[in-house]
Amino acid sequence: MRSRAYPFYFASGALALYLLFYVIPSIMGFYYAFTDWNSYTTEVNFIGLENFRVIFTSGASQNYMHFVRNTIVFTIATILLKTIIALGLAVLLTHGIHRLAYFHRVVMYLPAVLPMLVVSLVFKSILNPATGLLNTTLRSVGLDFMAQRWLVDVAWAMPSVIGVDTWRGVGYIMVILIAGLQAIPREYYEAAAIDGASGWASFRRITLPLLLPVLTVTTVLNLLYGLKVFDIVFVLTNGGPGRATDTVYTAIFDEFSKGRYGVATTLSTLLFLIMIVLGYFVIRLMHRDVEE
Amino acid sequence: MPMRNVQRVINHLLALAVSLIMFIPVYLVLVNSLKSKAEAAAMGAGLPTVLHWENFATVIEKGKLVTAFGNSVLYAVGATLIGTTVAALAAYVLSRNRTRFNRAIYFFLIMGIAMPTNFVTLMKVMQMTQLINTQIGIILLYSAMSIPFSVFLIYAFIGTLPRELDEAAIIDGCSPIRLFFSVIYPLLTPVLVTAGVLNLLGIWNEFLLPLYYLNSSAYWPMTLAVYNFFGQFQADWSLVSADIVLTILPVIIIYLFAQRFILSGMTAGSVKG
Repeated sequence: MRSRAYPFYFASGALALYLLFYVIPSIMGFYYAFTDWNSYTTEVNFIGLENFRVIFTSGASQNYMHFVRNTIVFTIATILLKTIIALGLAVLLTHGIHRLAYFHRVVMYLPAVLPMLVVSLVFKSILNPATGLLNTTLRSVGLDFMAQRWLVDVAWAMPSVIGVDTWRGVGYIMVILIAGLQAIPREYYEAAAIDGASGWASFRRITLPLLLPVLTVTTVLNLLYGLKVFDIVFVLTNGGPGRATDTVYTAIFDEFSKGRYGVATTLSTLLFLIMIVLGYFVIRLMHRDVEE
Repeated sequence: MPMRNVQRVINHLLALAVSLIMFIPVYLVLVNSLKSKAEAAAMGAGLPTVLHWENFATVIEKGKLVTAFGNSVLYAVGATLIGTTVAALAAYVLSRNRTRFNRAIYFFLIMGIAMPTNFVTLMKVMQMTQLINTQIGIILLYSAMSIPFSVFLIYAFIGTLPRELDEAAIIDGCSPIRLFFSVIYPLLTPVLVTAGVLNLLGIWNEFLLPLYYLNSSAYWPMTLAVYNFFGQFQADWSLVSADIVLTILPVIIIYLFAQRFILSGMTAGSVKG
């Protein structure tokens, strides 16, 4: 009866597209990871673990572990910055002010709907060492010592990329946290205030513990995003200066454009394995409220 | 209590300061898109002395923006329609008929939310299916990319629709297809708008897939056109700004009209309601 009213072929369109463009390429990745597939010959030879050796040997022509380390630094830094700033802003817009709170929420979320490409291009000009808005502003208020060669200096390039990404992503995390804060019953805060709890005490004893599930979700979302980061690095620095800001995905694109498909697909496949494990936990987390 | 008033003023100033920082880039491209080349060279925050509206005409012509705009609309609308429709159909049967097998399929589909794309082998698939460097190829690709999250959103929403509706329709002799399109589909409007708007914006803003799979500039969407335009005219920030303004204008308009749906869709699944 049920299967007659809800025929399985209804799901076939979604499944076909998903299999063709998601699942099959990922599975093919496992095969091509063991080959010397490249753009120079049509021949594809089995080469065993050679691609993995290239990736895990630090002495190879490209230091792949360096890109992995960059990706991890980027991911951890953006998780921390976005979570802390977004939490502060969410509390400000939920408990700190009431009038205009929705207006501010809409404005602060705006960067998240802008194309990453556009955000990166504009920040390229803002962070220009000589003429950029940031440095000219710093100099005009006498803070010359703070004016850095942001995207050009090896030491400052990664922090700059992290800063721009935080600017762009913090509104998104804030919106989720606001929804979490609004789900906490007001009575808890009222009871705490009657007992004479300070603002800080009720934040630590009520807000943080009750927000923990939502904070877990935002952390995982940031984690998934951070490990896959591409556009912002590609446009802001294209991995430079040198290869100071190259991440796993920009390295994959680089290998791809050099025609070294075997190494590119091996990197992709390794990332796939990590993401699938993480993905399993995300789905578990996101699924809680769907099951009744 | 004056202390509390002081605190409130500080809070408002803080919120205002953050909002200003969030708005700076949009402000910058708006003012610089109307400046002369020399005036916009530093991409400064000052207002233009003379309004150079002709920048927009120049950029539309030089950046081939009419074609690019048409392409972006085609890809975003086409893929959103295909993606949300097939996702709604799948979410519907998987949510209504929760056998072990169907639940496994549901999890399998939403795993895609986390799954990274293997662009290299995907290129192979695009070549084998002869979809590489075609418009239908990029539309199908975007449809596929939107499916996991759309299925997730719609599945949760269908769980809230009473089953009695279906049963009444079945007793009246409704076929499965009619039941879905005339009874269920209209009720899905809110979640379809949310999923649709999120997909539309996501596709409009994306530029990685065209970068990999569309070689012909005639097929490029707005984002790729901007990127290419920037490569050619980096010295001319007034034109680059005008190009950017034209690219983000539709996004900002849609965002302002649909922010309620966007903000709700973004929090769905993250907060236990």
